[in-house]
Amino acid sequence: MRYLPLTKDDRAQMLAAIGAKSVDELFKDVPEAARLGGLIDLPRRQGEMEVERQLAAMAGKNIAASQVPFFVGAGAYKHHIPATVDHLIQRSEFLTSYTPYQPEITQGTLQYLFEFQTQVALLTGMEVANASMYDGSTACGEAVLMAHRVTKRKKAVLSGNLHPHYQDVVANLSDFGSYKLVTEPPCPKGTEGLAGEIDEETSCVVVQNPDVFGHVRDLSALAEAAHAKGALMIVVVPEIVSLGLITPPGEMGADIVVGEGQSLGNGLNFGGPYVGLFAAKQKFVRQMPGRLCGETVDAEGKRGFVLTLSTREQHIRREKATSNICTNSGLCCLAFTIHLSLLGEEGYTRLARINHANAVKLADALGAVPGVKVMNETFFNEFTIETPKPGAEVIDALVEKGVLGGVPLSRLMPGNDAMKNLIAVASTEVNSDQDRAAYARALKEVLA
Amino acid sequence: MNSMNAKGRPTGTGAETGFTPHETFTGNRGLVQEEPLIFELDSPGASGVDLDEPEEFAPRLGAAARQGRIGLPGLSEPEVMRHYVRLSQKNYAIDSGLYPLGSCTMKHNPRLNEKMARLPGFGDVHPLQPQQTVQGALELIDTLAHWLKELTGMPAVAMSPKAGAHGELCGMMAIDAALRARGEEGTRKRVLVPESAHGTNPATAAQIGFTVDSIPATDDGHVDVAAFKAKLGPDVAAIMLTNPNTCGLFERDIIEIADAVHEAGGYFYCDGANFNAIAGRVRPGDLGVDAMHINLHKTFSTPHGGGGPGAGPVVLSEALAPFAPLPWIVHDKGAYRAIEHESEGTGQPFGRMTAFHGQMGMFVRALSYMLSHGADGIRQASEDAVLSANYILASLKDVMSAPYEGPCMHEALFDDSFLKGTGVETLDFAKAMIDEGYHPMTMYFPLVVHGAMLIEPTESESKDSLDLFIATLRDLAESAKRGETERFSGAPYLAPRRRLDETQAARKPILRWQHGRNEPASKAAE
Ligand SMILES: Cc1ncc(COP(=O)(O)O)c(C=O)c1O
Repeated sequence: MRYLPLTKDDRAQMLAAIGAKSVDELFKDVPEAARLGGLIDLPRRQGEMEVERQLAAMAGKNIAASQVPFFVGAGAYKHHIPATVDHLIQRSEFLTSYTPYQPEITQGTLQYLFEFQTQVALLTGMEVANASMYDGSTACGEAVLMAHRVTKRKKAVLSGNLHPHYQDVVANLSDFGSYKLVTEPPCPKGTEGLAGEIDEETSCVVVQNPDVFGHVRDLSALAEAAHAKGALMIVVVPEIVSLGLITPPGEMGADIVVGEGQSLGNGLNFGGPYVGLFAAKQKFVRQMPGRLCGETVDAEGKRGFVLTLSTREQHIRREKATSNICTNSGLCCLAFTIHLSLLGEEGYTRLARINHANAVKLADALGAVPGVKVMNETFFNEFTIETPKPGAEVIDALVEKGVLGGVPLSRLMPGNDAMKNLIAVASTEVNSDQDRAAYARALKEVLA
Repeated sequence: MNSMNAKGRPTGTGAETGFTPHETFTGNRGLVQEEPLIFELDSPGASGVDLDEPEEFAPRLGAAARQGRIGLPGLSEPEVMRHYVRLSQKNYAIDSGLYPLGSCTMKHNPRLNEKMARLPGFGDVHPLQPQQTVQGALELIDTLAHWLKELTGMPAVAMSPKAGAHGELCGMMAIDAALRARGEEGTRKRVLVPESAHGTNPATAAQIGFTVDSIPATDDGHVDVAAFKAKLGPDVAAIMLTNPNTCGLFERDIIEIADAVHEAGGYFYCDGANFNAIAGRVRPGDLGVDAMHINLHKTFSTPHGGGGPGAGPVVLSEALAPFAPLPWIVHDKGAYRAIEHESEGTGQPFGRMTAFHGQMGMFVRALSYMLSHGADGIRQASEDAVLSANYILASLKDVMSAPYEGPCMHEALFDDSFLKGTGVETLDFAKAMIDEGYHPMTMYFPLVVHGAMLIEPTESESKDSLDLFIATLRDLAESAKRGETERFSGAPYLAPRRRLDETQAARKPILRWQHGRNEPASKAAE
């Protein structure tokens, strides 16, 4: 087997050194009843070529985003990733290193985490950020638990326009943790007023910007309403490129900001791995979940970085930890931070303008198709259309015409009649004028 | 005077000067380059990506349009490339050396797996594409699920958890859901966890409202079965047990433990972080396990990536299978279908762990690993991992101190009693390994052993590599006993950094760069 260096001779010599007759002796603590004599009923080893063939056959059954005019979003976005990113994250020293528990020989990882934390804090307009969570949805769930700890209250108020999967993750944690949850109904027009739901029991109000229908809002008034009742405002950013054009949540008064960082550096990957962003006000830092990287000096006074404030974490605090998270999204942070370093201030803000401009053009093109209504007055790179036919049927019919046209909102919120004819449509820098024209043409045919 | 060659280039080595520089002007040391923070490399206006400004258009951002700059630095592509390459050179990695971190399974990461994960049909598909356009992606998840069920002998698997700890959470939620279905959620709130458990176990149980009751270990490193049985009662929800355990031993009474917890009306959560010792030789389903997470980033070689991402699918027994979280995949009428809502399938899912379908990128890599190894290669890998750990244990027992008699499973545990009176502690010993070119082993875990050193070589090391490692640890142990404390107390001397001041880092946390606050390190930049 190509991955196993020990030879038959090696094994025999090692057994002799141990003083065992066979490897079976080493497994003597396994109860008789549980010892497998033979091989499990699965295929035998294969060479690279055979494995490659088999997996390529499976991959070949899927339509890749880059093959067709592609407008699917709702929490994951197709962006162009510079070649440098994928090259660098595959360097052995990054790819095959563990969590930086020995800082003297993992300054590479630690320094990029420190830079990542800084970038996330800058984008969100917050004071501190951690070294990542699994993804946006679990970051959102953890943010609610953190708000409960900070406020010593037990009730969260969720916007109905929070991504339904995120709502489910929060609901799941609340359910098992015996916390209260008030969830507003979805509001496709984007005029939801959440302030009225916040009371003296409320620990936090959770609101997504842009929301699941694409609406972009100034949340300053909501923050004031929350703070007036002693509650925190948690802002969820599903598309991190949006912060190149939208006021950072920190400036709107957010206390905790979580987000999905996939758009920078990370491919669609059918939903994971992604990178959960988590930022907060400095005064809450000791209640934050996850790893934090901090600056310090070494024995010679040279600047260096270490994992710090770990008395919050499971390996030190066990059942009193702020979260059970251990492994996070290290390499996805690296992809994020390299992509953002390549973009820089100019590139990042321009990328945001291109995304917005493309979405505006698409909204105008689709809005001109007979029977189609654009639901949004405001949006960034994603908006919602209403069609005269059920959204799921429209999307399926578009597939037949070679266009992946978006996410029918009935897929995310089945059983809700108000969602039936709605489709969330995203347009990023990857879409050309031809892509948009193809979409408008196909939609017209499908609805004719 | 140096001798000259034909072209006039001096050929002497300079050895006769006897001079070794300790300080350089740049702070660099040959190939090890000091590297400023990316923010300190700012050329305002520069970018490593060429993008055309869009034509004039009327924005639709309403009142939320950003004002003012963000503060991101600008760099060209070559500058970015150099920054990260230099950073990478300060990292230890499996690809550069033996990485004996116990409990972490730092095995070889085949590059075929990376290549497969990057096939556009896997890497460039969206989780919410119409399902008829992602049949191959659903097939891949279903195929991996099949392998996991066969290898563990369990009837069901929840694929979406994002890492080991997330899998623990999933398993414990399934247990809580099953208790609720029995009408016992209010009464069964206690979870038994051995003292030797990984921190994620008690943290997980507590996160969803269980109280944690710890079970002591016996002197030979196993669960104290009598003490465990005495703790069972009508308020016990589950036991969370790692097997093979964190002392590197197989819990030989495991079936008795499983039977006892079941008899008492509780469930058996198994922490599967150490599955690499037994994959292909023992099926957890034959041990009475109700739920077990599998760290694909350990046993099935998906790269650790400096701390993630991982993937933590959870296999479930018949009793817990109906409560598995959304989504899951079914195969009917010749097609694969992802069940994303309770109304679409059968079962009583307890909820959803995460957006979308889980760590697809890791699934591809893990399946690529499995297909490459096959049933035979997986079994061989486990045997080699166990053999290598035992070889280390047997070869070092006389100079280092092993708290438990062998044989061990895939990791060899030592304590610090061999360092008694030397003035050298576990930490110093580990740091001295760095100067010898090794990543230290896991230290001070498990907590049940004083000054623990947990060594996991994995199956990826050749015998020569193991022999050199053993010889190095022997040399260090003997050196400590001879009283050569300077070799340890200030170590590492030869790494990119000396020991870092963690107290200062925690006392006045600096968690981000701020203009003018963080001083660059090298002299040249001063
Ligand atoms: C025994 C044990 N349990 C659980 C975990 C947690 O797994 P993860 O880091 O994937 O969340 C680990 C790994 O760090 C472990 O070693």
